[in-house]
Amino acid sequence: MHPAPSVLVFTVLSGLGFGTLAFLALFAHLYGLPALLLWGLGYGFAIVGLLASTFHLGHPERAWRAFSQWRTSWLSREGIAAVATLTVLAPVALSDWLELGWSRAPATLGAALALVTIGTTSMIYTQLKTVPRWNHWTTPVQFFAFALAGGAMLTGQGIAPLMLALLALAVMAHWQYGDRRFAEVGASMGSATGLGALGKVSVFDPAHTAGNYLMREMIFVVGRKHAAKLRVIALVLACVIPALILVVSAHPVAIGAAVMIHLIGAFAARWLFFAEAEHVVGLYYGKR
Amino acid sequence: MTCLPAKTDKKLGLAIDLDTCVGCNACVTACKGWNDQGYGAPLSDQNPYGADPSGTFLNRVHSYQVQAVDTAAVIVNLPRSCLHCEVAPCVTVCPTGASYKRVEDGIVLVNEDACIGCGLCAWACPYGARELDAAAGVMKKCTLCVDRIYNENLPEEDREPACVRTCPTGARHFGDFADPESKVSQLSRARGGVELMPEMGTKPVNRYLPPRPKDTLQASPLAPLLDIKATGFAGWLDKMLGKI
Ligand code: SF4
Ligand code: SF4
Ligand code: SF4
Repeated sequence: MHPAPSVLVFTVLSGLGFGTLAFLALFAHLYGLPALLLWGLGYGFAIVGLLASTFHLGHPERAWRAFSQWRTSWLSREGIAAVATLTVLAPVALSDWLELGWSRAPATLGAALALVTIGTTSMIYTQLKTVPRWNHWTTPVQFFAFALAGGAMLTGQGIAPLMLALLALAVMAHWQYGDRRFAEVGASMGSATGLGALGKVSVFDPAHTAGNYLMREMIFVVGRKHAAKLRVIALVLACVIPALILVVSAHPVAIGAAVMIHLIGAFAARWLFFAEAEHVVGLYYGKR
Repeated sequence: MTCLPAKTDKKLGLAIDLDTCVGCNACVTACKGWNDQGYGAPLSDQNPYGADPSGTFLNRVHSYQVQAVDTAAVIVNLPRSCLHCEVAPCVTVCPTGASYKRVEDGIVLVNEDACIGCGLCAWACPYGARELDAAAGVMKKCTLCVDRIYNENLPEEDREPACVRTCPTGARHFGDFADPESKVSQLSRARGGVELMPEMGTKPVNRYLPPRPKDTLQASPLAPLLDIKATGFAGWLDKMLGKI
């Protein structure tokens, strides 16, 4: 699948944003400027991520329509959950910042909604049978692990290094299972063409010699050849280095550096999440 | 509404005969021609006469080589378009309700006025049947020529999809798969019509009629001559030349 920048920004930043909001809602006892800074970052990442997701739309001005089909559509559910989270947590954030002393009752609900949002984002990808690598429980696990590890780091939680270790396991599990998913699902050129029973199927003449939407969007083969190296880089930047930094120091500067390095690794991992994912439509083109 | 109907009154679709299709692409052209001028946004082209042409098509014809163990390879042309699936994942993933499946005839359509062009439905389709139009920014797909098949302004014989009407070899058949006695149902039964990628669980309506078995490869009548052992002078020459 084509790793479009808008989708990378959307999934990485909104994950970090909602993870941060969940931790702030449940565990933070901050007031004044620190509260403004952290709630601001949480809201900022979440909102920038959501806005980025509208960049690749053919008709962004109609985006409001995407809230309507929650009965069947994970994308619709994601939109609703995101807006609900941001709305419910707004008074909590305001009260923390301005020390208004309002009830923190909505915080638990807001944290739950933040988790629901992260889950719905992951289900947009997990639900697709057509992309076997994504169509597996390791996808939501990985999305939750990223969001919670990021949130724990940014809000300075002591368990952040542990969360980063769990994230490393989640990401490696996704790679491990993902590498055999396509074969497991069993789609082949034979089943795609219905000709498998007659013999071995190969492409004789492509349907078109120039590219098209399908090939640009779903058959992304460039760059996979460095995947193995990139996996190591992603793991080291997203998990290992930030965890080491946080074990050594919990100073805000250390946290800032750890989060920055983690984000670079998270983008690399998310790039791989798309670039390595093969869509079954590639079978019609003899490519994967 | 993106909830799928539990049952549709009809199941309109195509039976495509892979034995007869010669891969002429007439159906591709007829499809693009018809769908360029009526229903919804036209199917745009980008840079059509340049070095890197691209465009929106609702039907594309692939060509495959099928090699069995004991016979010569056969070439099979395979037109690929929307199969109007019963369990259409493209419909349920749509966040806006723009994609829907009709209760009356099972046709899967896009309401272009509600489509935000997110592309998720194209990701959900295993068959590459949906293409986002680069100029209009909305999702395009085969409508089974819904604006022809019920169109009383057209002469009776034209009330079928443009691809079916135009196919010079009669490889494309249009009809109701819910009616076991319809032409397409009978054809599919008689020829062992197959579903594409059944493992995706989409329950496609369209059926592909597999190519009929070909004659077995005849050995060349001259083949025995190849085995003749040369004797005498010719034999000596053969041996000497073989040594060089
Ligand atoms: S072929 Fe693709 S676009 Fe058509 S109904 Fe099936 S899933 Fe949807
Ligand atoms: S591209 Fe249009 S029809 Fe397809 S899922 Fe998005 S809104 Fe629905
Ligand atoms: S018009 Fe008929 S013969 Fe020609 S490519 Fe289409 S289906 Fe095949």
